[in-house]
Amino acid sequence: MSEFLDRRAFLQAGLRWSLVMPALPGLAAEGAPAPQSTGFSNYGQPAPSERHVIRLIGSNPRMPGNGVSWTPLEALEGILTPSGLHFERHHNGIPEIDPQHFALLIHGMVQQPLRFDLTDLLRYPRQSRALFLECGGNSNAGWHAEPMQKPVGAFHGLVSCSEWTGVPLRLLLAEAGIDPRARWVIATGADTAATEVSLPLAKLQDDALLALYQNGERLRLENGYPLRLILPGWEGVRQIKWLTRLEVTDRPAMSRNETAQYTQLLPDGRARQFDFVMGPKSLITSPSHGQRLPGAGLYEVSGLAWSGHGAVAAVDVSQDGGRHWVPARLEAPVLDRCFTRFRAAWQWDGTPAVLQSRVRDQLGNLQPGRAALIAERGRNGYFHYNAVVSWAVDGDGAVRHVYA
Amino acid sequence: MAMARCVTSMRDGTGWIAGQGRLTSWRQAGRRLTAGLVGIVCLPVGLLLTSCATSAPPPTAVALAPHLGHPVTSDTLAGLGAQIYPDGHGLPAGSGLAVDGAVLYGQYCASCHGREGQGATAPELIGGDGPLSAAEADKTLKTYWPYATTLFDTLARGMPPANPAALSDDQRYALCAFLLARNGLWPADRPLDGASLSAVQMPNRHGFIDLSARGNPQP
Repeated sequence: MSEFLDRRAFLQAGLRWSLVMPALPGLAAEGAPAPQSTGFSNYGQPAPSERHVIRLIGSNPRMPGNGVSWTPLEALEGILTPSGLHFERHHNGIPEIDPQHFALLIHGMVQQPLRFDLTDLLRYPRQSRALFLECGGNSNAGWHAEPMQKPVGAFHGLVSCSEWTGVPLRLLLAEAGIDPRARWVIATGADTAATEVSLPLAKLQDDALLALYQNGERLRLENGYPLRLILPGWEGVRQIKWLTRLEVTDRPAMSRNETAQYTQLLPDGRARQFDFVMGPKSLITSPSHGQRLPGAGLYEVSGLAWSGHGAVAAVDVSQDGGRHWVPARLEAPVLDRCFTRFRAAWQWDGTPAVLQSRVRDQLGNLQPGRAALIAERGRNGYFHYNAVVSWAVDGDGAVRHVYA
Repeated sequence: MAMARCVTSMRDGTGWIAGQGRLTSWRQAGRRLTAGLVGIVCLPVGLLLTSCATSAPPPTAVALAPHLGHPVTSDTLAGLGAQIYPDGHGLPAGSGLAVDGAVLYGQYCASCHGREGQGATAPELIGGDGPLSAAEADKTLKTYWPYATTLFDTLARGMPPANPAALSDDQRYALCAFLLARNGLWPADRPLDGASLSAVQMPNRHGFIDLSARGNPQP
């Protein structure tokens, strides 16, 4: 009988989780050539045999700067996404900005409009936070009538997690002096689309960061170099890359990306607008779609959970499509609005199973089942799909995406 | 150490306040730079720190900021181009006719949005039928967009994508006139300007549920 086991049992068994993959050369492999040595490098790269771990790109053939690239979640471990594998969503390309000529402008309903050059910003006190960042359109294939047969990254990989370091925005807002009648801020990027969004001032005065660094190094070009707005827990499109302008105001601009796009049409014909917070979500990354279990035995079920409302409180896993649940182990650190890695030991008896995970966050928000989400939101919402993800394990060990 | 923990836990955002020596030096710097502000901000800080039992409250993050912003003149701001709002604020002078917009559409837009605006590699811009409550709802400029000013704003910021500076403001008004006219939202023979654009009542003007208050920090 298949069952989830106590973690200690898993460790005592001394067995190792393995999928059908090319065998790694053992230390004493007979006939193996002696390894080649190489010299130092100024900037390290993945091992040659790991260079298949990449972002898949989906872009518009007539407008190559408009599209996405997905984080290969199934190939990664822990909670931090390597910067070069952080997902991308660009509306019109990646500007290559000369940091010498970059400036952030804060104006509008302020006592004193101010310009901050990059050298100025680099002198302000900084804060580091590990935070997930998710596109509002992530997982939108989940709305489809048939379950998409793609690896977890190509399905759910418009989410990544980085340690962002930068200047708390409220320092600069306070320096400019905010008019007490102000309620909104229009943030604009320096990309070719001059992407702009309207943001409630209260969020920017609370925990918004002007990120200069990602995972310890200066931002990658495609993640907004030299300056990106970070809004913990909020939809990715609001976290403007190449941030160059903040206009403090008393009303939203009603830009395309907060009206025509990034709004969710409901079954009654109305649409949810300014739905900023990304809901609780979890998924099993291993085993996941496209992988194959080599045979009955002991496996580690592992995945990621996050919530834009706060920290992950608990993750449950199921092997029978949600009829029974058992708690997974949350691996430290469990941080506010950050990826949390969960693990569970699973004894598979070789019969068909449906693996699922569901998360509850510290405010009690529970990840919905797919039927419940669609009953509430319909199937035309497009954005903010966060339903439970189901992987069927067939008798031959093949793992595929199903609705359950 | 107890004090350092208290400082970082009051959500002042300055996690680099790790050691007593550095804290002291930054306090002095903060006082030099913002002597006037410290008095204003000390009261709430004191309240936050009541459980820390420290002798003197540290300055807040506001007091610690080095205050390096450069004042910007109104001339500089005027040269940036105004933010466009639904009430027409920020829309530039100028006007355009649908007949001219039709030519521009063929020249700049049709290759991605379709010859008849039916959509291709870019979204549909002309047409869209049925209620938004339909099972296969058609979300278009005509059926879904709540404000016509958003159309001008989108054109002015980034259209056509290969060269957003290619169009003049008059040409943008002409394109708006053409697209709105083809969607039955503007008389084809009337020139469109900023005032008339912001007065266009889009069919889905009241179709949105404003959730902006959710997810905000509690006051």
